[in-house]
Amino acid sequence: MLNPAALNLLYFARLREAFGRDRETVVMPEPATVDGLLAMLQGRGGVWADELSAGRNFRVAVNQTVSGRDQPLRAGDEVAIFPPVTGG
Amino acid sequence: MAERDRIAVQTAAFDVGAETARLAALDRGIGAIASFVGLMRDQNNGDAVQAMTLEHYPGMTESALADIVAEAHGRWALMGTTVIHRVGPLHPGDPIVLVLTASAHRGEAFAACEFIMDYLKTRAPFWKHETTASGGRWVEARDSDDNAAARWNR
Repeated sequence: MLNPAALNLLYFARLREAFGRDRETVVMPEPATVDGLLAMLQGRGGVWADELSAGRNFRVAVNQTVSGRDQPLRAGDEVAIFPPVTGG
Repeated sequence: MAERDRIAVQTAAFDVGAETARLAALDRGIGAIASFVGLMRDQNNGDAVQAMTLEHYPGMTESALADIVAEAHGRWALMGTTVIHRVGPLHPGDPIVLVLTASAHRGEAFAACEFIMDYLKTRAPFWKHETTASGGRWVEARDSDDNAAARWNR
């Protein structure tokens, strides 16, 4: 029996505004991946489906390192979703 | 003993003279310090910009900057570096970012300074929100910044 993974999600900049929140905790069945998480969030519809659709340009960082879509996720991971960076 | 590399994310302005003196005092073998100061402009994409707010990802920002500095050390013989990036509200003319690189000779210092800025612009999690006469908007990432960073891979 696999335990569900509680993930700590963070949103920044334009996506933080679009989603109307800067953080939340979600629970996913394991084995979880970045792709699976994005599919779950897109399933909320509306702005979630729009902003996280395949053609949109955004980044995902797992535990503060930019990660690919096949990255596995484990309970307690910090997953940040944000637009391309614009500092400097 | 002073730290060879200094990385700071802060709301306050920075003192380029004091930061340069700190680096120079690290090692009498330092013969060159290159500096870059990024300033907030009063225009962007043809619109007058009145103010800006810089958001970042606390924790990841510092580690991303540390990774970039570590990579610069791997490529050039640097004797010290300083990277300071401001966050929070800023106005036209305000300094945003400072990069200092110290080396024995100018070639390595110049190259490392440009490299750190190119990587910072594409890898460090900062986001600019600007205020224009028609309201607020998030600054879009530029392809030219990706191209500038990519040339270091060649």
